[in-house]
Amino acid sequence: MFAKLRLYSVVFLLLAFGIGLTLYKHFALGFPLSPDDKKSLWTIEARIDFVARGDPVIVSFALPPQTPSVVFMEEDFASSDYGFSEMTSPAGRRAQWSKRTASGPQTAYYRLSMYEIDRLAHPPVAADLPPEPEKPEFDEVLKTAATTLLDQVRSRSANTETFTRELITTLNSKAPSQNLSLLINEQSTEDYKTHLIINLLALEGISARIVRGLYLEDGRRRQSLSNFVEVYIGNEWLLFNQNTGKSGKPKKFLIWQRGDQSLLDVVGGKNSQISFSIIRNVYSTRDLVVHDQMNKQADTIDFSIYSLPIEQQNAFKMILLLPIGALIVVIMRLLIGIRTSGTFMPILIALALIQTTLLTGILIFLTVVGTGLLIRSYLSRLNLLFVARISAVIIVVIVIMASISIISNKLGIDQAITVTFFPMIILSWTIERMSVLWEEDGPREVFIQGGGSLLTAVIAYIFMTNRTIEYLTFNFPELMLVNLALILILGQYTGYRLSELYRFHALERRNVAGKR
Amino acid sequence: MLLASVKKLRSFGIIGMNQRNFGLISRYNPRHLYPLVDDKLKTKLLAQKAGITVPKLLGTVQYQHDVRLLKEVLRPYDQFVIKPVKGSGGKGILVITEHDHNLYFKPSGDAMQLEDIERHVSDILSGLHSLGGKPDTVMIESLIQLDPVFSDFSYEGIPDIRIIVLRGYPIMSMLRLTTHASDGKANLHQGAVGVGIDIATGRALHAVQYGESVTQHPDTRKTFAELIVPHWDKLLQLAAACYEMTGLGYLGADLVLDRDQGPMIIELNARPGLAIQVANRAGLAPRVAVIEAIKTVDPDVTARVAFSKQQFAFDSDVHPPRLLRTRSDDV
Repeated sequence: MFAKLRLYSVVFLLLAFGIGLTLYKHFALGFPLSPDDKKSLWTIEARIDFVARGDPVIVSFALPPQTPSVVFMEEDFASSDYGFSEMTSPAGRRAQWSKRTASGPQTAYYRLSMYEIDRLAHPPVAADLPPEPEKPEFDEVLKTAATTLLDQVRSRSANTETFTRELITTLNSKAPSQNLSLLINEQSTEDYKTHLIINLLALEGISARIVRGLYLEDGRRRQSLSNFVEVYIGNEWLLFNQNTGKSGKPKKFLIWQRGDQSLLDVVGGKNSQISFSIIRNVYSTRDLVVHDQMNKQADTIDFSIYSLPIEQQNAFKMILLLPIGALIVVIMRLLIGIRTSGTFMPILIALALIQTTLLTGILIFLTVVGTGLLIRSYLSRLNLLFVARISAVIIVVIVIMASISIISNKLGIDQAITVTFFPMIILSWTIERMSVLWEEDGPREVFIQGGGSLLTAVIAYIFMTNRTIEYLTFNFPELMLVNLALILILGQYTGYRLSELYRFHALERRNVAGKR
Repeated sequence: MLLASVKKLRSFGIIGMNQRNFGLISRYNPRHLYPLVDDKLKTKLLAQKAGITVPKLLGTVQYQHDVRLLKEVLRPYDQFVIKPVKGSGGKGILVITEHDHNLYFKPSGDAMQLEDIERHVSDILSGLHSLGGKPDTVMIESLIQLDPVFSDFSYEGIPDIRIIVLRGYPIMSMLRLTTHASDGKANLHQGAVGVGIDIATGRALHAVQYGESVTQHPDTRKTFAELIVPHWDKLLQLAAACYEMTGLGYLGADLVLDRDQGPMIIELNARPGLAIQVANRAGLAPRVAVIEAIKTVDPDVTARVAFSKQQFAFDSDVHPPRLLRTRSDDV
């Protein structure tokens, strides 16, 4: 009883650890559970143009902040002959290009590759309470219009959030009232509108700030940033679309800058201009995540298979599939009761089948073993010692394999060349065992065990070549622990094997008769 | 129906392979005792020390270069058996019943040259028949003489009696009769007939060949209904005594009846198979439960045999032995 309890606790621990680690990698590190999971990788290029006046030049450009819901893969800064530095301040990151003298048209580039992740995005929690907004100065006329408007909006709303939304929709209404047209009209710029909203909110005692961002759309050129308003509500900042009043960050939207600092400052230049272009590429999520985690040197990744050279990784891809094969063998032998020749020979055959593809592999296997058996029956008449005989069989197998390769090559059948993937020693042992089996127990047993091995191998092959299984075993090696737990549980199975239901079926008849 | 229902098999108390490996073998048979029975020479010495009759050892061959001496070793004997010391499942056993100068005859009448025998011996030495292919030793034993009781029930070979002994108590037994199909070997999956034997009386209960019921020997056409194993008490006691001899809690004792020397043990098995349940048309589980319920094992062999005979007697009132009924009784 105690032993059982101990086993179950081990099984439980293995399951918890294996599944837990898998879920952690999926949810926290963003590893997808399916190989087909794709992500859009956005490449955004900001192009800064200005005309230099021949004086020292300093270009300062706001860079997008890192947030939990986006991952920056790569950032590039390019501009010929300019000194470059990246600066971080509480207001955000800025890039700074500088040069002693420059004249004529100048260009600087900033390129960013990033992708969005579906992680539950926490709204940015404000570090501390923003100061009470200063009451903005309005003209007397405008002030009256503003207070009237605010009174109207206040009466139609319940809290800060609804107030903000109502204010924005009213400002955007198609048929503005007299009052409203004083404050805003068709000719008002986006920037004016943003500041108007922030000022109106300030009159009401609500803290708000401007947010600039970029809509991500494939193949766009000469884009500019869109303005949003972020309002301090409760303990967090909430983003509002200033044209629709919708709250929350839209999908496919990159926040570039928060607050009222300038986006671009050029000292020693004029006619400065910024334009953004956007390109989308689709990558496998797994590749992006692995790349990103490798860059970050996350511990779970750093001590994983990904840190190995590619060649070893490929070897491990194969090795990590073996436990699946072992599980299949356990199931086939303990639950089904199929007899195989050699416990784990089916796995080795399955591994060879992976290299050769199924049909070719089986044909080659049958040819080699069949021919081997024939030659082995001749060898047994030569009166050889056992070890010498099995060594002779190995050589015979190699000769058969070479002949198959050469003949098929001459015939133009490429697949058969893969014969070399079959482990020779295993084939020789199979032949030797089969032939002894044939002599002692007759051909029936040979077909039972040979067929059993081949069937098990084919089933193992089907599972081991499944795309999802292949993907999961390699990218979530911790699932091996789950596999181990399953095997431990199966090792406790003391019920009947399927084959025993057949073996003992004669017994059933008697007891039916006996009970009559 | 091709498959039996799990529920029914369980209600009959049939034990499956997994249950046997887990509940019986690993529970009652400590691994370090296996060599005692896996090595037939050791078993033989052990049995002789315990005063149990075994077939006479004529010689052993341990090294390849000794194979040359085989002719000399075999010269005085007309009949002998060549066995691998660590063989399993009756593999590698060669029976010679006649020896004429350079020709050796198998029970089937097939002749063998000396070289054939030498090769067989070499194969055994290199571990062809041993568990895990380990190098092995060859033993040459005297041939057991067929007891006339069985002359009508066996073909070209010696029948043997398998008795399953749990904690020293015989719980089930079967007689294995050689047939033409089994090539004179008492091996069920090679086609020998398995006959369930009533523990209490030594009387045949039911017979199977290839897992299917038979009522008469396929070669001699003799019905099994009148078959009663002689020296039954002695056989049970020999089997039961193997518990003290080896310390194995779950073992299969293979015994034979020799015409001249009576009951003797030829082999012990630490992993006896489950075909015995088919031959007896009964499950082992209820009998295992009876023995497991016993708190202390009686040190007296006779008392244990008596207990088994009383506990496991075939109750003909509940289940009339199938052999006593005619075929028309079958559904």
